[in-house]
Amino acid sequence: MSKEKLVIESLSLTYSKGAPLALKEVALGIEENSLMAFIGPSGCGKSTFLRCLNRMNDFVRGVEITGRVLLDGRDIYAPDVDVTQLRRRVGMVFQRPNPFPFSIRENVAYGPKLLGERDKGRLGEIVERSLRNSGLWEEVKDRLNAQASSLSGGQQQRLCIARAIAVEPEVLLMDEPTSALDPMATARIEELARELKKYYTVVIVTHNMQQAARVSDHTAFFLMGELVEHGPTTKIFTTPRDKRTEDYITGRFG
Amino acid sequence: MKDTDHETRGEALLSALDNSGDACPIRPNYAVFRKFADWLATFLLCSSMIFVTVVLCAILFFLAAKGGGALSWEFVTEPPRNGMTEGGIITPIVGTLQLIFVSMCFAFPVGVVTAVYFNEYARGGTLKKSLRLAMRSLASIPSVVLGLFGLAFFCTFLRFGTSLLSAGLTLGCMVLPTIVTASETALANVPQDYRDAAYALGATEWQTIYGVVLPSAFPGIITGGILSVGRVAGETAPIMFTGAVFFAPGFARGVFDSVMALPYHVYVLATAGTNIEKTTPLQYGTILVLLAVVLGISMVGMAARSRLRKDVL
Amino acid sequence: MPNRGETLKLSETAPRAVITVIAMSGILVMAFILYFLTKEGIPILKDASITQLAAGRLWYPVSSPPLFGMMSLIGGSLAVTLTSSVLAIPLGVALALFLTEICPKRISGFFKITLEILGFLPSVVLGFIGMVVIAPYLQIKLELLSGLNLMNASMLLGVMILPTVATLSEESLHAVPQSQRDASYALGATRCETMFNVVLPGAARGIAQAAILGVMRAMGETMVVLMASGGAALLPESAFDPVRPLTSAIAAEMGETSVGSAHYHALFFMGFILLLITLSLNVLVIKIESRGEVK
Repeated sequence: MSKEKLVIESLSLTYSKGAPLALKEVALGIEENSLMAFIGPSGCGKSTFLRCLNRMNDFVRGVEITGRVLLDGRDIYAPDVDVTQLRRRVGMVFQRPNPFPFSIRENVAYGPKLLGERDKGRLGEIVERSLRNSGLWEEVKDRLNAQASSLSGGQQQRLCIARAIAVEPEVLLMDEPTSALDPMATARIEELARELKKYYTVVIVTHNMQQAARVSDHTAFFLMGELVEHGPTTKIFTTPRDKRTEDYITGRFG
Repeated sequence: MKDTDHETRGEALLSALDNSGDACPIRPNYAVFRKFADWLATFLLCSSMIFVTVVLCAILFFLAAKGGGALSWEFVTEPPRNGMTEGGIITPIVGTLQLIFVSMCFAFPVGVVTAVYFNEYARGGTLKKSLRLAMRSLASIPSVVLGLFGLAFFCTFLRFGTSLLSAGLTLGCMVLPTIVTASETALANVPQDYRDAAYALGATEWQTIYGVVLPSAFPGIITGGILSVGRVAGETAPIMFTGAVFFAPGFARGVFDSVMALPYHVYVLATAGTNIEKTTPLQYGTILVLLAVVLGISMVGMAARSRLRKDVL
Repeated sequence: MPNRGETLKLSETAPRAVITVIAMSGILVMAFILYFLTKEGIPILKDASITQLAAGRLWYPVSSPPLFGMMSLIGGSLAVTLTSSVLAIPLGVALALFLTEICPKRISGFFKITLEILGFLPSVVLGFIGMVVIAPYLQIKLELLSGLNLMNASMLLGVMILPTVATLSEESLHAVPQSQRDASYALGATRCETMFNVVLPGAARGIAQAAILGVMRAMGETMVVLMASGGAALLPESAFDPVRPLTSAIAAEMGETSVGSAHYHALFFMGFILLLITLSLNVLVIKIESRGEVK
């Protein structure tokens, strides 16, 4: 078993004091350079959990989080952590493609520019490399200055992936990245996700079990804020330990 | 968090990706600069809001402190005396109320009807577009230009003279767009279900509008009306040469009489008097009453609006 | 005897016709404004040429022969508008940014009310503040002959247009999708970077509109400049020179002219100029808006 990139220790989350827990004592390890899928019915807390991993929940007022999330052995909720540095290391791709209203080039260059990269030549290299790695380069290389909104939905989502990997993250979180896309575009993103795990630790949230089965090495099943079961994908889908997992993957609910 | 080992890791990763590329520069100093810039921007934006709040409070407290002493029952119930160096301001108070009344008699019905037209009847086309353009243009016209228009049209052309009627109508033209916008919003907030339900019961278009849509939009329309009354009460420029006068011996008895008005009275006391020193308490007192009227009406409107929004949600 | 279908039809069409006719009074008012301002303003061209009006620096409407050079007045208007916009537009955008991006929801309501009250202050009250507070202060601090000047009026005008600019900018900042802020934060951007690189550009069109509407209000505002700008019909050479913008000239002099005189027509001509300026700014705003809709 290879090194665990992220270790989550008894993480609980509530949206306001006294309210029922949205996440209950979740404990999980995520292996480096692997692809893990979070599955579960909607509202089960899988997206909430994902957003804990790069502290995007910090913006939600009233949220209280207990427990630890260790990235390379360091707690990302420790008081001395620079959240902006953390988010550079843990990138995120959202449910709906959300390109900035800039050109394709500017979208990808946004992150590196934040980090202080001003050199046009190097920015150009980063843009090309990121677009190549997200499989978009051949389609857009002649119109890098076109508005990002002129791309199709699937292309926009791959642009968002390019934008996320342009800052060289170590972990890439994908929150239902194909839920707004058609089957063809979905297939491309899935292929891309399998490719990306060579370089990054990828976590993908999906409500689509087939997708999880197709792309992931490991699967974690969430239900009502609880991590019911996790393990190698083949094992979860063939011989689940828990009755609830079995019910879910056989389609009894959700 | 120390980032040195992540940097090296990042570069190792990068070479795995593409051997020719360089890493994103992660300059430790630059990170400090970013943090500082973030802090500075937050500080500046916060202080801009605090600054504006302090300015407003300073203005209000200054006027209240200076004018508080001048306020008395006599001040708000007696007419000015001795060339406006003594006495009270009941004449301009009543004049302002009369102006509000006249302007609203014109602007409120026309404004609401226009909004009904926009929201319920208009089907696109040139007429609607022209009316929309006219309303937006009207909203952008400087108030003093409206005053000129009032002088040329109401006073001279229609021979209303320098009167309550001319000034009130001029003010009405000024607030018409505000009332239209507010009423349109209120009408647009009426759920389509209500209309469908009325039509399903066999109501005609007009019965639906009059019996269902207007009543449910009424609170919103009234709120818009109240807020525009606040504006009417405080405006000076449109009435300076259409109906407001320096001094009137008594209240206007009819719409063709000229009136005194609070905002114009403030202007007159502050600039035209030969006894500026002597009238200082009167000036501050008048301003305080004007502010009380304008802000009072406006706050009633704001309170009504916030209650309305809560009801909607 | 009309059949039932026809009476029903009448009960439908009559209200429709009445409402349409009344609604059209808006167009009528606007047409009358254009007509009367033109009709009363254009006759001044009999007494003075366009060049004399626009390029003449001397405004002596009651001397004989009268001089109707409006350049200093137009210059005064532009100077006051420009100065107040420079003061108020950045501040207004800053307030809007604070309200949407920084201020917790719980207290932003309070600040919005503050802004709204500021917007409700009658201009005559602000003009009064200019006369009794700012003018003496400037006079003593800067050892000026009079504290009633360009800077005094511009500061107050800035206060007048601030709520307009801030409220409209806030609306357009609010319309920037949260998902774009999320995207920026997820890349490790700080709040300040997200504000200036993503939110502001995303709201640029709305902010431009807010700024133009602010300029428009500053241009047309009367009482503040009438009371606090000093009233000298001279082209200002410094921020502390007195000026006489168009609006204050109209307001100050209209009471002393007789209907139909050259002076009267000259004042209407100024109103006509103001009308043209505000209407063209208005067209600009509509243009910006419609370009946004096409996209």
